[in-house]
Amino acid sequence: MATMNMIQAINSALDVKLTDDPDTLIFGEDVGYFGGVFRVTDGLAKKHGLKRCFDTPISEGGIIATAIGMGAYGLRPIPEIQFADYILPAFDQLVSEAARLRYRSGGDFWAPITVRSPYGGGIFGGQTHSQSPEAIFAHITGLKTVIPSTPYDAKGLLIAAIEDDDPVIFLEPKRLYNGPFDGRPGQALKTWEGHPAADVPEGHYTVPLGKAAVVRDGQEATVLAYGTMVHVALAGIAESGVDAELIDLRSIVPLDIETITASVAKTGRCVILHEASRFGGFGGELAALLQERCFWALKSPIERVAGWDTPYPHAFEWDYFPGPGRLAKALARVMENA
Amino acid sequence: MAEPQTSSHRLELHIPEPAARPGGTASFDHISFAIGAAARKPAPLAPEAELRELPFGLIRVMGTENSAWDPQLPPETMRQALRIMLQTRLFEDRMFRAHRQGKTSFFMKSTGEEAIGIAPAMLLGAGDMCFPTYRMQGWLIARGYPLEMMINQIYSNAKDPLAGRQLPILYSARDYGFYSLSGNVGSRFGHAVGWAMASAYKGDDKIALGFIGEGSTAEGDFHEALTFAGVYRAPAILAINNNQWAISTFAGIATADGTTFASKAIAYGIPGLRVDGNDFLAVWAATQWAAERARANLGATLIEFLTYRASGHSTSDDPTKYRPADEAAHWPLGDPIERLKAHLIQLGEWSEERHAQAGAELTEQLRSAQRAAEEVGTLGQSKPSVAEMFNCVFKEPDWRVIEQRRELGV
Repeated sequence: MATMNMIQAINSALDVKLTDDPDTLIFGEDVGYFGGVFRVTDGLAKKHGLKRCFDTPISEGGIIATAIGMGAYGLRPIPEIQFADYILPAFDQLVSEAARLRYRSGGDFWAPITVRSPYGGGIFGGQTHSQSPEAIFAHITGLKTVIPSTPYDAKGLLIAAIEDDDPVIFLEPKRLYNGPFDGRPGQALKTWEGHPAADVPEGHYTVPLGKAAVVRDGQEATVLAYGTMVHVALAGIAESGVDAELIDLRSIVPLDIETITASVAKTGRCVILHEASRFGGFGGELAALLQERCFWALKSPIERVAGWDTPYPHAFEWDYFPGPGRLAKALARVMENA
Repeated sequence: MAEPQTSSHRLELHIPEPAARPGGTASFDHISFAIGAAARKPAPLAPEAELRELPFGLIRVMGTENSAWDPQLPPETMRQALRIMLQTRLFEDRMFRAHRQGKTSFFMKSTGEEAIGIAPAMLLGAGDMCFPTYRMQGWLIARGYPLEMMINQIYSNAKDPLAGRQLPILYSARDYGFYSLSGNVGSRFGHAVGWAMASAYKGDDKIALGFIGEGSTAEGDFHEALTFAGVYRAPAILAINNNQWAISTFAGIATADGTTFASKAIAYGIPGLRVDGNDFLAVWAATQWAAERARANLGATLIEFLTYRASGHSTSDDPTKYRPADEAAHWPLGDPIERLKAHLIQLGEWSEERHAQAGAELTEQLRSAQRAAEEVGTLGQSKPSVAEMFNCVFKEPDWRVIEQRRELGV
């Protein structure tokens, strides 16, 4: 065991896979010699050689097309898209090719690629370095979408994603890279030091895709969150005084429907928290699934707390960001008829 | 303070138009068919910088005295090629009629373009991978893919190898070196480069052959693929099937006039060849040259095959609405089957009688394959188990697929 922040944990997952599987390789913008703009691939090119971890042209469509072709050959490429905001030039490759290849070819070809990309706000990154695009991938049949919230999960989920034979979008909450963040700006920065989930084994282990984690047991309401918002949710629950159960989805596709329905059936109340804008966000799908499966157990309407339906703003970051205060108010609303 | 200058010229927006529309006189005078710099055949291992005139010439063999590019094929190979091209054309004519008879929803022909898929299929190795366009079913025929299976796919019947999930002719046949097709044009060009890079990464000896239409060279996919191919010296042959028409849009809308598609290679630092795509021997020679270069670790070559789409875009298209009805007859490079046939007859290696006899034999094979497929059923009469709709979404189905399959009751 070692104490790792999320950058080190992801780096360790990549190192483990580069070591144990010669068919894995990493490529993306600035990931080679330099080690990536967030240092996630630091040292990997030096240790494993440039052929295992190399720089690419600024060409997201080309990066993903190349990865799919390599996957069809039999490799397990792990491309990086520098920011999730930059992934859209590759959208056609992900949607029309990676996600559909197995289906349309009758299982003749498939794309076992893992696309890593930092997502989310809270770093004053403005419109083009802060977005949370998970819902648009969740809508695409044939793609898996995974979002860790701790160093331990990041490493285990990433190894599971790389070993998975289907294409996986692996979104890394960049606000959590160096420490947990409870959504309250202006405090001293926390590090992962001392956090139980920062104890990360140095070797190989997996956290299965499609298995949610119950982060906090509770009886009165259920909070569903993933990525950065798991930590915001803990703060919001504490602020509210409500005995809420917190579930970290860990992967939104595959979705652990059993764990979330069991929790909402138990508590009868649910608040969904995500950073992405609300309209058409993944919270809408969660709310629909829960009313289909738990309607008669519900004691109050399901609430969504999310980014506003605006582009991600720069100066108004903390007005936009769905912090613990907004979650606490939503929890108070779902408890009104208690 | 100086007055701003006013221009004496009004700007004018240029919208290119083809030489002729329906009712007009077909003309290809705007295209250069001169052999030019391609009279010389450089060594396949020549430095790229010495090859920059090539993409403005035209590689031709048949009808050219002592062409440097003549691959010197044995007559039996040429006869085999002729039979495969003929089989492909007869197959497509038959399936086009099957569409008109309501036996399938959709079909596309490669009439006039048969040499481009077939020469590489005969020439390249069994482990090499073709990333085709949808006008390349000749590859499958050349590689001996069962005709009956092709028809089962076109009919989406119970024996469809793609289990009813994909449009007719968008085949996938890994064991025959034929990558999964998609109806989105151009999007697999970069896969060919990635596949080739993987082969090089593994120290393998396999190369990739990617195809794209001239219309799709305007997609970002084309430029991304060439950038990667150039940077990483991917062992790939990247080919443009320039058949002059992208549905109703002429090639002059895909690139500026006065240049060639092949010459785009220069900016990516890879050789570009421009080839008479209706000359089977020229297609063979150019592909062989590029393959040798790729296998020698010198990276990719861009090849423009100059051809003409003699058929409509698909069964949903009526080309007489946008081009002269007799335009194909004016195409200066003729027809690939007629040309190879004439070449073999001139060599004393073929005859009209043998050609007619081959046509009859091939037709009989097709009839028999079609009969067998129709015994299974045509579109709507027979289809794979509906449960197949839910398979292959992921390697293992997730709960959504399992629940929805149950909901549909299959």
